[in-house]
Amino acid sequence: MYPAFNASRPKFNLSQPKATRRGFLLGAFTVGGSFVIGFRSPVVAEEKKADAAPINPLAAYIKIDADNTVTIYSSQFEMGQGSYHGIATLVNEELGADWSNIAVEGGYGNVALFGNMAWGGFAQGTGGSTSMASSWERYRKAGAAARMMLVAAAAKQWSVPEAEIKAEMGKLSHASGTSATFGEMAAAAAAVDIPKDVPLKLKDQWTQIGSDTLKRYDSRGKTNGTQAYTIDAKLDGMKTAVMIHPPMFGATVKSFDASKAKDVKGFVDAVQIPRGVAVIADNMWAAIKARDAVTVEWDDSAAEKRGSAEIMAKYRDQAAKPGIVAARNDGNVEDGFKNAASVMEATFEFPYLAHAALEPLNAVAQKSGDMIEIWGGHQMPDLYQYIASQIGGTTPDKIKLHVMKTGGGFGRRAVGDADVVAEAVAIGAATGWKYPVKVQWTRDNDMKGGRYRPAYVHRVKAGLDKDGKLIAWNNHIVGQSIMAASPFESMITNGIDITSVEGASNIPYAIPNVKVELSTMKTGVPVLWWRAVGSTHTAYAVETFIDELAEAAKKDPVEFRLAMLDKHPRHQAVLKLAAEKAGWGTPLGEGKFRGIALAESFSTIVAQVVEISMPKDGEMKVERVVTAVDCGTVINPDQVRAQVEGAVGFGLGAILQEELTLTGGKVDQANYDTYTPLRINQMPVVEVVWIESDTPPTGIGEPGVPPVGPALANAVYQATKKRLRILPMSKGLSA
Amino acid sequence: MITLNINGTDHQVDAEGDMPLLWAVRDLVGLTGTKFGCGLAQCGACTVHLDGQPIRSCQTSIGDVGAGKITTIEGVNGKVAETVQTVWAEMDVPQCGYCQSGQIMSAVALLTENKKPSDTDIDGAMSGNLCRCATYHRIRGAIHEAAKRLEA
Repeated sequence: MYPAFNASRPKFNLSQPKATRRGFLLGAFTVGGSFVIGFRSPVVAEEKKADAAPINPLAAYIKIDADNTVTIYSSQFEMGQGSYHGIATLVNEELGADWSNIAVEGGYGNVALFGNMAWGGFAQGTGGSTSMASSWERYRKAGAAARMMLVAAAAKQWSVPEAEIKAEMGKLSHASGTSATFGEMAAAAAAVDIPKDVPLKLKDQWTQIGSDTLKRYDSRGKTNGTQAYTIDAKLDGMKTAVMIHPPMFGATVKSFDASKAKDVKGFVDAVQIPRGVAVIADNMWAAIKARDAVTVEWDDSAAEKRGSAEIMAKYRDQAAKPGIVAARNDGNVEDGFKNAASVMEATFEFPYLAHAALEPLNAVAQKSGDMIEIWGGHQMPDLYQYIASQIGGTTPDKIKLHVMKTGGGFGRRAVGDADVVAEAVAIGAATGWKYPVKVQWTRDNDMKGGRYRPAYVHRVKAGLDKDGKLIAWNNHIVGQSIMAASPFESMITNGIDITSVEGASNIPYAIPNVKVELSTMKTGVPVLWWRAVGSTHTAYAVETFIDELAEAAKKDPVEFRLAMLDKHPRHQAVLKLAAEKAGWGTPLGEGKFRGIALAESFSTIVAQVVEISMPKDGEMKVERVVTAVDCGTVINPDQVRAQVEGAVGFGLGAILQEELTLTGGKVDQANYDTYTPLRINQMPVVEVVWIESDTPPTGIGEPGVPPVGPALANAVYQATKKRLRILPMSKGLSA
Repeated sequence: MITLNINGTDHQVDAEGDMPLLWAVRDLVGLTGTKFGCGLAQCGACTVHLDGQPIRSCQTSIGDVGAGKITTIEGVNGKVAETVQTVWAEMDVPQCGYCQSGQIMSAVALLTENKKPSDTDIDGAMSGNLCRCATYHRIRGAIHEAAKRLEA
């Protein structure tokens, strides 16, 4: 239903300040009322120029005010996962400012400064749990270089050697008694030469990286109501817009009638934009009432009219057939099955899932002079600048972003067509920029607004030899591609969207014959990355089926896995650590059961042991989740714990009871009464341990999600002897 | 004009009686610490106190508030509130933080009524407050810790 990439697209090069022809080429055009963007990544990485001028940290990443306030400009987006705190830790380990003076703001508009280094630096963006990997060198070096410049300025001013100057707690001092705050020396520091050689502290010199006493710099504002989010933006004369979106994906506005809305006190205007009708009023309540008075006639000729049951039926049919492409093909899986003493097969079903972050999507736009300003959750700022410039009829340099912290994200703020940001600019343009406008989605808009974790069906077939050794593995994944018809389309190689197969195609176990197949289905329901992306379904299919195979082979599930991980010592170590901390193999009390699972996602390895209680004729409760992690160097120990705790709750909610369904193309759920994330009464105790590591950090925002589901399912099997293969579990548990 | 007593101050708001208290507090009075999450009393992000009792402001019309005293996150004070907020920050409970105003208002109401809540009491008082970051593990820990400090 989306048009193919158009060769005649206008081109815009995002790389700046030194534009390269191989940078991201973006193209945009409007077709059928929907705005479509495409960009392609360069064929080869642009070579880094050896003689490139060093970056001035005091111009790029760190602003030190006279009052000693230190503002750090973050390349990475903050949605609760602690990226700002992590980056502040990296900077301040080297800089030596006073933590109570640290502030962090979102930087943007210069890919040379803010490009994600874990993605090769070609685009700014936050995703794939890469924030610390991207920032590890960049922000420590920025902090160190800034400190060196402060010290050099002080040495010059005080006529003492640099080596005799200390920089601690935001203060420069010399044994002679001379001292100055960073703020007092900032102006002079900005004028000294930028250091070319920036040595970093060694691990044994760290006082903040790895410190378990360092508290998040932003917690206080999140306990007294002062932390501002996009919803809290206040601008003179600002109006609030509520959207009426098409009832089916792909439908468009034929006509609308707002005559009755004029009776609503506070109603201002109603305008048609490509994504629906925007109803504008003086405040949110007036906008909601006015919205209810507006009627819209839709053109649903191009809409997706199937329900999720029909979509899943089609996926099930496809799963029974051979896959369209192979994402992995080792050995000869058919020969493997012929040689097997026993062959087992199972089919798994995974529903659509909503991100359902607490802050419903929103954005604020205003035009001042020739600048368009946008407040929002700008998770991919360069792309959003570009899209906004196209809608606003200007160039990206005339788009000023205010990068707001958001009330959750989980992937939903990184969307290729910049949905709610695009709406804000479209409304501004449609109303002639008469007033600043805040587009605030209601919970209905958010729940029914698309961009879900795709639904999938997996068929898994495996063969054991007479000794119970796993010799053949075939996993066929059927579902939608996240990257298709998105700016990331060029990342699909040989028909394989890595986000569909990750966690399955890289199954770590030593199996002589492995075939992982993919059938990408065309479905008109918009989909997106959802915390941990592909591994949210692949890990469940793989790790519950491995558990089943272990039982068939009469082996302990931990031993069965360990025997197949000789080439993956990090996986082995994590699995052993989780088993040991959970007391694997020790007896549990009456009515209590355990399950284990292991998954690598985004280069972080996680093993979890879930303990449940299931009294006879009682309700199942998840009691305890022990998590072992290898995420390389741990920067903020308590944030590793926090992210795993959150991931456990997020993952459990989905596995137990979250499901987004459609009937006749319309989404059935509108609010948290029918789409049901985990609540406190269901939350288990969470224990987190990690492998001490000297390797650079990977990520922790997402990797705690994938194993919790299969570990729970494996525990449920111990209790019930039921293998729950259709999610959410609430279907199977009540059956 | 409707008069609302919020955090000890009378505010005149120019709105009809059917306006939910949430939108009067946020859009008309300008106190934005109270958050919008669902509009259906399903998430608790909009929790404020009405005469000391936790209520969902998205489902309370301003016409029904009368002379009741409203307390929001900006105005909540006293030993219980201060202890809860201090412990919350010390234990780094918040992640995105969006739901935390509502969580804290519910926790303060709980600890005001019940000096030593059990886990079951916490479940009862707090399960109306959704946290999509799932900070529940720390919320529970923080309530127990606050109770301990208040007892001392």
